[in-house]
Order: sequence, then C-alpha cells, then structure tokens
Amino acid sequence: MATLEQSAQGSDPAESEGGARRRDFLNVAAVSFAGMGVVAVALPLISQMNPPADVLAMASTEVDISKIAPGQAIKTVWRKQPVFIRNLTPAEIQAANAVPLSELRDPQTLAERTKPGKANWLITLGVCTHLGCVPLGTGEGENRGPFGGYFCPCHGSAYDTAARIRQGPAPKNLFVPDYEFVSDTTVRIG
Amino acid sequence: MSFAWAKQYEPKAPLTRWLDERLPLPRLVYGAIGGGYPVPRNLNYWWNFGVLAGLFLTIQIVTGIVLAMWYYASADGAFNSVEHIMRDVNAGWALRYIHMNGASFFFIVTYIHIFRGLFYGSYKAPRELVWMLGLVIYLLMMATAFMGYVLPWGQMSYWGAQVITGFFSAFPLVGEPIRVWLLGGYAPDQAALTRFFSLHYLLPFVIAAVVILHIWALHIPGSSNPTGVDVKDEKDTLPFHPFYTAKDGWAAAAFLTVFALFVYFAPNYLGHPDNYIPANPLATPAHIVPEWYFWPFYAILRAFTVDFILPAKLWGVLAMFSSILILFFLPWLDTSPVRSGSYRPVFKRFFLLLVLDVLILGFCGGAPATPLYVAISQLAAAYYFAHFLIMLPLVSAFERTLPLPDSISSSALHGEKKEAAPAGITPRRGATAIAE
Amino acid sequence: MRYILGLVGAVFSVVLLISFFSNVSTYLTSPPPATAEEEFHLHPKHLSLASDGPFGKFDKKQIQRGFQIYKEVCSACHSMNLVAFHDLEALGYNEAEVKAIANQWQTEVPTVNPETGEASTRKALPSDRFPSPYANETAARAANNNALPPDLSLITKAREGGAAYVYSLLTGYRQQPAELIQKFPASKTPQGLHYNPYFANLNLAMPQPLTSDGQVTYAPGNPKPTVDQMAKDVAAFLVWTAEPKLEKRHGTGLAVVVFLLFATVFGYLAYRNIWYGEKAVVRATGVLDPKNQAKARSAKRKAGVKG
Repeated sequence: MATLEQSAQGSDPAESEGGARRRDFLNVAAVSFAGMGVVAVALPLISQMNPPADVLAMASTEVDISKIAPGQAIKTVWRKQPVFIRNLTPAEIQAANAVPLSELRDPQTLAERTKPGKANWLITLGVCTHLGCVPLGTGEGENRGPFGGYFCPCHGSAYDTAARIRQGPAPKNLFVPDYEFVSDTTVRIG
Repeated sequence: MSFAWAKQYEPKAPLTRWLDERLPLPRLVYGAIGGGYPVPRNLNYWWNFGVLAGLFLTIQIVTGIVLAMWYYASADGAFNSVEHIMRDVNAGWALRYIHMNGASFFFIVTYIHIFRGLFYGSYKAPRELVWMLGLVIYLLMMATAFMGYVLPWGQMSYWGAQVITGFFSAFPLVGEPIRVWLLGGYAPDQAALTRFFSLHYLLPFVIAAVVILHIWALHIPGSSNPTGVDVKDEKDTLPFHPFYTAKDGWAAAAFLTVFALFVYFAPNYLGHPDNYIPANPLATPAHIVPEWYFWPFYAILRAFTVDFILPAKLWGVLAMFSSILILFFLPWLDTSPVRSGSYRPVFKRFFLLLVLDVLILGFCGGAPATPLYVAISQLAAAYYFAHFLIMLPLVSAFERTLPLPDSISSSALHGEKKEAAPAGITPRRGATAIAE
Repeated sequence: MRYILGLVGAVFSVVLLISFFSNVSTYLTSPPPATAEEEFHLHPKHLSLASDGPFGKFDKKQIQRGFQIYKEVCSACHSMNLVAFHDLEALGYNEAEVKAIANQWQTEVPTVNPETGEASTRKALPSDRFPSPYANETAARAANNNALPPDLSLITKAREGGAAYVYSLLTGYRQQPAELIQKFPASKTPQGLHYNPYFANLNLAMPQPLTSDGQVTYAPGNPKPTVDQMAKDVAAFLVWTAEPKLEKRHGTGLAVVVFLLFATVFGYLAYRNIWYGEKAVVRATGVLDPKNQAKARSAKRKAGVKG
C-alpha cells in the first residue's frame, strides 16, 4: 500500500529550547560574518583615495641654496606648492627682532621661525594664509609691502621681514614647513 | 504583489511608520525581496545565479568608480596610469585585479543564468519580456566589456578595437562611414579612447536600470521553478526572506571564495599576456583574440570563409549578430506547452548537444585560425543555427513529454501521476490532465 | 514567422556547410606548408622560483643579484620606465643605499637647464623612475639594427611563459641546426639576427647578453655567477619588477579565502537552520517512492511490458 510519511516538523519539545538558541547563534554568526566582510571591503575602498606611493616619495625636496646672496630670495616648489627661501640681511634680522610680540596678530619670534645658527635663512610657504594667493616680494623689484617682507596683492595682506602677518586680512604668519640643513649649501624640505 | 497570500508590509516602529507614510520605499523592498515576496519552495541552485549576477554588477560598479579616480584616458598615459594603479595606489593592485576578474566572473554567472533559462523554459509565457530584457542586459554587458577592455590601451586593447570596429565596414555603402563615425577617426586613437571611457562609465548604470525592469517584469508572474508547473497556492511558496536570502547568501560566499582564488592567486589566468605590452599601431600581435567570453562569437565570425553571393566577412558579421538576435524569438520558436526540460527527454538531449556545441565554439574561438579549428567551428556554428531555428520548433511540436506533477508541493507525488496517466497521452498546458 | 526564421537558420547552415566543404577540400588538395617555427620552436624550460605558488615570497638576495645584472648588463639597452628608484627599498636596500644607486646611475634623467632653457640632464633622485638609455624610439632603433629593445618592467607578464620564458631565452642561444637550414632555407638566420629556438620567430635581434660565467661579480655569500644562475637571478628580478605587490597579494589572498570559507560554512549552517522545517515536508514511500518507481520502470522495460 502506498503510504505517505510526514517528516517531523522541528525537533521534539525538550530539545527545542537549546535548539532555538543554537539556531539563533548560527544566523547571528552568518550575518555578522557578512557584516565583517562589508567593513573589510570598505577599508581599501576608502584608503585607495589616499596619496599613492609615488606622491609620497616626492614628499621631501632638496634645494641648493648656495647661490642665494643676502637680501635675495628664490621661489621653489615643494609638494606642488610654492616655497620662498630668503637670505635675510643683518638689517632685516634686526628689524624683525625689534618688533614687540604684543603687536603681532600671530605672535612668533624670528628665532622660532628659523634654525639656530641659521637665523638668516627664512624658509616659508609662499601661500598667503588668507585665501591662498602667492604673495609678491621674492623677485627683484617686486612690491615688498609696507613692512619690507612680502605683500599679497589679492586682498592687501602685508608680511614683515620674518614673514609674519602685520596688516590685512590674513590670520596667520606664512607657514614654516619642516626642514633641515643637509649641508651648508643644501636644505631638505619636508 | 501577485500572490494573494503574500505578507503585507506592516511597519511597527514609529520611525518606519513615519517613513512608510511619506515614501513607501521599505514597503517596495519588502514586497520585492523581503518577507512579502512569495517564491516557489522547490528552487534549486541553478536559481542562485541571477542574484550572483546582480552581486557582480555591484562589484564592477564599485571597483570601477574607484579605479576611475586614478585612470587617465589618454593614448599616451592610459597604460601607465593603469600601472600606476597597480604599483603606487593604495590597494590599487587589488581593485584592478578584482575589476578585471570581476568582468570574467560576471559573464560566467550570466552564462549559467542564461542556460538555466534555456533548460527550464524560463523564456516561455508569461515571462517572454523577462527573457528579452535579459538579452538586452546581455548585449549591454558585451558592449561595456568590449569598451572596458580597450581602456588599458595594451596591444590586445588596441587591436581588439580595430577588429571589432572593423566589422562595421563589412556592411556595404554605410559600413565604412559608420566605422569612422564610431571611432571619431580612421583608427582607434585618442577620440575612440575617451568616448569608450565615457560610455564604459555610463552603460553599467543603464544595465542597472534594465535589471530593475527585468526583476519587475519577473515579479509580476513570480519566479518559475524546476518543474515548470505554476504556483497554485500558499503551500507551493516560501517568503523570499529569510529562506532565499539565506540560500543566496551562503552560495554567494561560496562563489566569492572561488572568485578570491582567481583574484589573489591566478589574476592573469583568464587574460592575455599581450595586453601587458603598450599598444603599437604598427605591430600586430601574432594572434588577436578577444576575451574568453566572446570566443564563441569569434568562432562563428571566423567560420565563414567562402564568398557566396555576399562576401565571407559580411556573412560572418551577420551570423555573429544573428546568433544573439535569434534568441529574442525563442518563446515563439519553442512551442511546447511543457516548460521545464526535466519533463522533455528529447529536448533534454538536444539541450546537452547545445551546451557541448557552445563549449566547442568557445574553444575554437580562442584557438588560432588553422584549417582544423575553422572546420570544427563551421560544423559547430551550423549546428547552433540549426538547433534554434530548425530543431527546436520541430522537437517542440512533435515530442512526447513526461507527465507533469499536479503542483509544486505535490511534485513528490510524481509517481501517482505517472501511474494514473495512460501511456502516450501528453499533458496539456498546465498539466492538470487527470486520468478518466 | 517561424518559417522565416527556419529559412534564416537553413541559409546560415547551408553557407557554413559550403565553407566547411571548401575548407576541407582545400586542406586535402593543397595543405598549408609546414613552417620552421612549428617544427623548431621550443616551449620554455621549467623554472622554479621562490615567488612561485600561492604562498610564494621573493628571495630578496636573488632579486638583488638580478638587479645587479640588470644594472650591469641589460640597462645599457633596455629601459625599465615603470619602476622608480625608491621602489628598490622593497629589495632590502635602505634609504641611503637607494639614494646612492639613483645618484650613481649611469644614465641621467632628462631635464631643462634652469638658466638657459636648453635640454640637459641631471642626476637621478629616488623619486625618479629609471631613465631610458635612449632619448626616444628612433634613437633606440638606430643603435640596435632597427630593433627596439622592449621595456623590461612588465616583461614577465607580457610574454607567454613568463619568467621561465625569459630564463630559457637567455640560456637558449645556439647554432642554427643544419636540419633546419636544409628543410627551410628561407628561415636561415639573416645577418644581424641570432638563432634562439625559444623565441617565437626563431631568429632574434638581441645578441646573447649573458655570454660567460663571472660576467658579473656577485658579492661573497652568493652562489657562483654562472650563465645559468645569472639568467635565473635576472628572471626572478623581472618577476618582481612586473609584480612588486606579489607577496602582499598572496598574504591578503590567504586571509580573504580563509575568511570566506568561514563565511561560507556559517552561511550554509544558517541556511540549513532556516530551512529545517521546510524541506522534506512530504515524502512518498512504498510504491510511490520515486526510487521504487524507477526500479519498477526498468523492470517493466526488461520484461517488455508496455506502459
């Protein structure tokens, strides 16, 4: 005779309590693995937007400063941004040191902005701290502004001989990047 | 949606109620892939491949967008930009290999999905439009993949572009002007590269839109099933969530494991070494071959070697396009009232022949065009057209099918039907023939 | 409509069969002549490297030796323009050594004189890529009998056979066999080319680069620089230049595959768990069991009973 068997629906009651917990655990485990997977996938997707190895390799630039005479400055490039390297004259150094800190919007002494024993070498970013224009003053005959340092033509920010902000809308002094003297004639920026 | 017993979306939490009153998006999702969409309970693993295809489309879009942040669509810089991604960009090598192998796996999954449809009669009424939308998706995938392969601007990229756009010049009069219009020049060059990049970025979103239509069209009658018998009542179905989300989930993890094995341990196995040589318009590679997923079509193209009224090249191009276009007519070529190949023994044998035939065509497409391989392609291509356009209509009109089960949930009782039905009587559409 | 489609199918099939018969008859009446390449081309010799296999890692000492060979032998003609000097830190060199290698590289990097604007050269920095020995393709061809020495950055991925091919090629130079010249006089090695059966076209423009043992002197603690050893070392180095992320890829791959296997197992168990009550709801037994049905059917067939 043909018969039909109905297979047991779930386990018997005594087991079902522990069974339910095991069942929940399995579902939770599976879903949490999927969740971990999603996070693990998101990480490289986000990190890939960071600078690649070749850009990081250009993070430092070495500059030869042997040809810069006192009173002269050059413009060079570091991390695709302009950098001003100026050889200060003794008069410029004196003028910078004579300014009382209370007069400065962003108080810093010249000594804080240069390396010990190399107070004549002023190395700053050539980016105005207001909205990012490149200030004038490095080239021969360029307008150095009312304080004899740098002058930004965009909105009139004026920097002094230590490249500190004295007048105009810029909030901070020209930024001094990390640098070190590899030798007396070579500086490594960054 | 279409089944009366489908669970309705009932938001409990105040937030979900607030959202539901303003934008019924969660309701839509619930009814499409959540607990509110009934699916036949007897689906086998061949039914997993649609979701896998969607998964790989997502993988391709995500990795593609990220790669596009670093890729440089210039004839001088494209190759180097890809190598820059491989060497310098954080995790760039992984993203590139995933995208490269993802394309291959997207096609593997899609081919299995298509052959599932061919065997189980998924293209039959009332799902003809689902089938045709699927073919549209396939054509868009082929265009996207072709253009994507050109972007690295390697030797195969360039010469593949030359050959494929050269097809158009086979058409008399309008052919050459169309080819030059497509390329924006006389040969693949800067113009072709930039426009391929633009279109390669665009088409996947068009594919995504057609996929939505494809799923929408499917959800009107609901999924078919291995018996081909329509859903009758609640006993025949299970809600998509959690039953098929779980099944799709674990199978996706298994499939991704295979994918990871390729990406991390054999990333260049499915590719061609010549594409690691920068494109050189003056030096043709020894054997120009497209990527493996185009090999069957390449074999059909190269099978026509004799000018017969039309030039051989034109025959090849026409046959190649026709080989996909005839599939649009499949619902009307195969007239059997029985959907599933499980109950059509003669059809089953021909189906097996078709699978073998396509594999043979694929193999020949990747091989050099020696007389032997061309000869095999010629016979295999002849069978391909004969199968769809001659064999199938005849088989479906005259075959003797096996009796169908009463319903999905009673398909375990297959035996009773067989005992009851007298020999030689084929069940009519719906297979509710009851022995008198 | 069905008949039109049937006709289309018949037409394609007929044209294909015409092509088939034409193909076969051509093959039988005038078979394509044998070529020297078919007969004398050799597949690459087997080469096993530390980087082979799913758990392969670079043998840093070997690739340093390989780099030395590139530097002293190959870089005279072959560029490597996708590799930067700073990438060499992966070989085990420190920052100062890399700076020295860059600085002392015999070819300088093209630049513009900042004062006069003329084209000039400068010493390489670690951030530079390896400069090409030739200014451009024309110069390269002019110096090499109209042949262009390919860039070596990707060579092991750009050739069938990879590192094994490079190794076989470098050690494969020999006299062209008399048998070949006899059978295929047209394939006799022309003036300026060199016979090498591992090369697809048999005759190669590059003269044998590694000619004698000890051509490069290895530092103490390394194996002897025989031609075979040097070829292996430079092949290993070129695997690194083509795929510097190989070790990272293998390591990440292991982690990913293990993770996915766990996910698959948990996923499968969760799936069985969820489906527990729904599978095998009804099972037929006895006469209606499909297995018994099959037995009955085949018994009926044997007995010759119909139906």
